Amino acid sequence: MTAAAAVPPAAIAYEDDCIRKFTIATVFWGVVGFLVGVIIALQLAFPVLNLDLPWTTFGRLRPVHTSAVIFAFGGNALFATSLYCVQRTCRARLFGGSGMGSFLFWGFQLVIVMAASGYVLGITQGKEYAEPEWYVDLWLTIVWVGYLITFAGTIIKRKEPHIYVANWFFLAFILTIAVLHLGNNVTVPVSLFGTKSYIIWAGVQDAMTQWWYGHNAVGFFLTAGFLGMMYYFIPKQAERPVYSYRLSIVHFWTLIFLYIWAGPHHLHYTALPDWAQTLGMVFSIMLWMPSWGGMINGIMTLSGAWDKLRTDPILRFMVASVAFYGMSTFEGPMMSIKAVNSLSHYTDWTIGHVHSGALGWVAFVTFGCVYYLVPRLWNRQRLYSLRFVTYHFWVATIGIVLYITSMWISGIMQGLMWRAYDSYGFLQYSFIETVEAMHPYYVIRAGGGILFLLGALIMVYNLIKTIKGDIRSETAFEQPVGAAAMRAGE
Amino acid sequence: MASSKYVDALTGRETTGHEWDGIRELNTPLPKWWLYVFYATIIWAAVYMVVFPAVPWLSGYTRGIWGYSSRADLNHAMENLRAQRAVWYEQFAQKSLQEIVQDDRLLQFARAGGEVIFAENCAACHGTGGVGRPGYPVLVDDEWIWGGKLDDVHTTVTYGIRNANADSRQSAMPAFGADGVLTPQEIAAVADHVLSLSGAGPANAEGARVYAENCNVCHGDVGEGIADVGAPALNNSIWLFGGGRDALIAQITRPRQGVMPAWTGRLDDVQIKQVAVYVHTVLGGGQ
Repeated sequence: MTAAAAVPPAAIAYEDDCIRKFTIATVFWGVVGFLVGVIIALQLAFPVLNLDLPWTTFGRLRPVHTSAVIFAFGGNALFATSLYCVQRTCRARLFGGSGMGSFLFWGFQLVIVMAASGYVLGITQGKEYAEPEWYVDLWLTIVWVGYLITFAGTIIKRKEPHIYVANWFFLAFILTIAVLHLGNNVTVPVSLFGTKSYIIWAGVQDAMTQWWYGHNAVGFFLTAGFLGMMYYFIPKQAERPVYSYRLSIVHFWTLIFLYIWAGPHHLHYTALPDWAQTLGMVFSIMLWMPSWGGMINGIMTLSGAWDKLRTDPILRFMVASVAFYGMSTFEGPMMSIKAVNSLSHYTDWTIGHVHSGALGWVAFVTFGCVYYLVPRLWNRQRLYSLRFVTYHFWVATIGIVLYITSMWISGIMQGLMWRAYDSYGFLQYSFIETVEAMHPYYVIRAGGGILFLLGALIMVYNLIKTIKGDIRSETAFEQPVGAAAMRAGE
Repeated sequence: MASSKYVDALTGRETTGHEWDGIRELNTPLPKWWLYVFYATIIWAAVYMVVFPAVPWLSGYTRGIWGYSSRADLNHAMENLRAQRAVWYEQFAQKSLQEIVQDDRLLQFARAGGEVIFAENCAACHGTGGVGRPGYPVLVDDEWIWGGKLDDVHTTVTYGIRNANADSRQSAMPAFGADGVLTPQEIAAVADHVLSLSGAGPANAEGARVYAENCNVCHGDVGEGIADVGAPALNNSIWLFGGGRDALIAQITRPRQGVMPAWTGRLDDVQIKQVAVYVHTVLGGGQ
């Protein structure tokens, strides 16, 4: 800590039971989501793995993967970290106490189970990242309002004069997701006891609403919420003050204001009116610096503590995540430019972009926070093994690099093949030829995914041992690695 | 709580005086480069919105000073393409298939276009490059069920096989077993006879008798096949639905009947000529 808190944390009985549960759920659903991701990556490379059964086809497992990683893994991580952070930075016990904590936990797990079981059975709205049908949507609304009440209630009864920046981001995330969820799920059920419903928006209005939702699910769920995590856990782990309070204010408000307009860039060169495409594009470009404000504040918080990257693999996870965040938030505005989008859209480049954000930013910052939280939540002296954290870091990083580079190559190749003409003006390649050309990259991508999953399994082992109270006997990270290597090389 | 300003020893920078759970904030000003790049993107956005369609109102939207429209852009591109191809299309429309294959320039164009048309429309059943798939004929060999001459291929592509088009090629092999025309013993015998036509098995008198009474009308006396009725040759080793004894018995008992769509109406006349020329001259047309 930069300074000892005047009131020791123990003086307030924080509600940590639900946070322990959310943390376990984060790790559990993370492994499930990564595993299903590996399966569907292999299905793309080797279609026979669809097994010719309706329940195991790519089309049904793909939303299981996306929902598991975004909403189950990411969502539980956001619940755990936001409720941990808000209590401590407000010096207030969770509003609603353990009863509310239990309701939020079990309520949210029920959402996940209902959604995923529906997908496998073929129950879907067919809206990307909003696939759950009306009955799941209704239940999620109830849980989410509970979350908002709990979070806002805790802020209201705070004993600190000001609201910490992490809580601004968490609150913006909770509020906006509520609005997005309601706007994109205005459906009319076909019957009271049936699962099927129809959205009231038609045609291009529905597409626009869908991508207003879809893009801001990225913007507020996967960006604002996770920036909240970053703003609490990086200063705590680095034991350094936040780099710039002013930057945090300016980039918060600009990010919140600009993000919400950027959705139309998902619909370039479609039936969406040109003016809406223009707005989606220019707001995406203006979003570049507000996004980078978070990266600057995250990375520069290490000013004066860079040496800790050598000795603290948890901090390394967090800082690498912010670096991936910076890369993705440059790539995103670039891909929103219509000229770039005409090449990148509908190709694997988009998949690579999403995964540099999802694996590099969202998952890495979550891993860092989970490694921070587990010893504290279970009152352990430290993690079972910091070496294992390092192994996790490198295995997962190599996995990400394999994933995103293979998808860049595959996606750009795919885009170029689609637009290749011969001297007579005929298309040079048929669709199936582009699919054949992508096969090796699909195999590499699956390999990257397997490494990422392997890293997560190392984490699971490490966390189980930590919770059991074991401590692995290992040499600490004290020797300056670079200096030792130089000496060895001489 | 602690509201006294505190100076961070490592950076020498003041904090804001706030503190939460041990976290303080430095009072660092906005990075200059960050601010200027942000301003630049805003200026760029403003300029872009003047140049391109951008601001909606109740009955329309600003068109931008360049008057850009993605719909007009697409129409323009399509018109250019049509204009570029018009000279070719005119000649293809006027000339017969024979004239096209004798004109080297037209032949090259037809092959280039036909390859694309084939890959996008035909390869799903006939395989990439016409290598065939189980139940779908190979197009790179010399065996042609409905005739392999250029005109035959053109007719097959245009009207298709066993579909609802009035000019579709039609024929149906009777279900000799399912309809009780032949007994299982007779079917087994005639299957052996069919195998013997290509030297894949010994001859047998019973099979030859059944063949002469039921099969030779369409498939020919020695199994040479009759293209006019779409009856494949049986005296070679090329089999559409499998050439084993069991496969033959199954086919005679309850025949599978392949269907091909009519491409007239889906492809234009020039495209059909192109793909017919491609199939005949690049893949494996008969003379």
